[in-house]
Amino acid sequence: MDKIVNREALVGELNKKFGDCAEIFEDNTNQSIKVKPEKIVEVMQEIRENPDYDFKVLMNLSSVDYPENFTVVYHLNSLTYYHKLTVKVELDKAKPQVPSITSLWIAANVQEREVYDLMGIEFTGHPNLKRILLSDDFDGHPLRKDFKN
Amino acid sequence: MDVIKPHEYDELLRNNVILSTVDAAFNWCRSRSIWPLTFGLACCAIEMMAAGDARYDIARFGSEVYKPSPRQCDLMIIAGTITKKMQPLVARLYEQMAEPKYVLAMGSCAISGGPFTDSYNVVKGADTFLPVDVYVPGCPPRPEALLYGFLQIRQKIANPKKIEGLRKHG
Repeated sequence: MDKIVNREALVGELNKKFGDCAEIFEDNTNQSIKVKPEKIVEVMQEIRENPDYDFKVLMNLSSVDYPENFTVVYHLNSLTYYHKLTVKVELDKAKPQVPSITSLWIAANVQEREVYDLMGIEFTGHPNLKRILLSDDFDGHPLRKDFKN
Repeated sequence: MDVIKPHEYDELLRNNVILSTVDAAFNWCRSRSIWPLTFGLACCAIEMMAAGDARYDIARFGSEVYKPSPRQCDLMIIAGTITKKMQPLVARLYEQMAEPKYVLAMGSCAISGGPFTDSYNVVKGADTFLPVDVYVPGCPPRPEALLYGFLQIRQKIANPKKIEGLRKHG
């Protein structure tokens, strides 16, 4: 059975270390936290390297188009403690931008390209941010709710 | 040693010589050894493979040689959904094939885009950019249907005059 990570302790530790950057995000999984976009690389590096949490595996990187914002969702897993964590980053609807985490996980490279391709979220610092599934001359980002074919 | 006598010539010719035009002979040969391109785009390709296996045995019609190089092929089976990203590659494969070449559109997707026709990334049928000779409907078509399509292609190659007005290319 998967263990539930102690979110209160984790969020407290992150806020102490990087300033006010993380908070608990309430949803039906009890394992989500919300992080400020400008701090995402530091936070991800900390929860990856910190031996108390040891989230070494990036299971999934996806995005959601909500009416009020774009959310990038990172699913992390620890093979040491068998606990999971969902990290959410809420982005501005007009100019969705978030730092890339390819420096931490090479696997994030293609997943960020997919999110960029279909949802139009820009990952700053990505080494090769271009379309991956659609042709290069495609117009628009088809998974956005306001996309018209 | 037997000597053929002049009055036997007629009978010998009748029994041993077939007269035809070069074109008709070529077409007869071509129609009985259609080599398809080893090339599948989606789930229809699985049925195409089944047609090549022992149970349905496309070798009965001289088409068991799936060639991996388009330069050695006569027939392109469009087996599956053509996405907009794949379309230029399909067109290039077709252009690399040597004449005479034929195209068989297999399944709903290759005919019209099928269930995905409204998608932002799907081409609405192979005939939007290729001269399709035979359409095999189905989703996916059974191997028997593909074999029937092969027989239609064979007739089309062997009797070019019958379909002259319909041919889209040489």
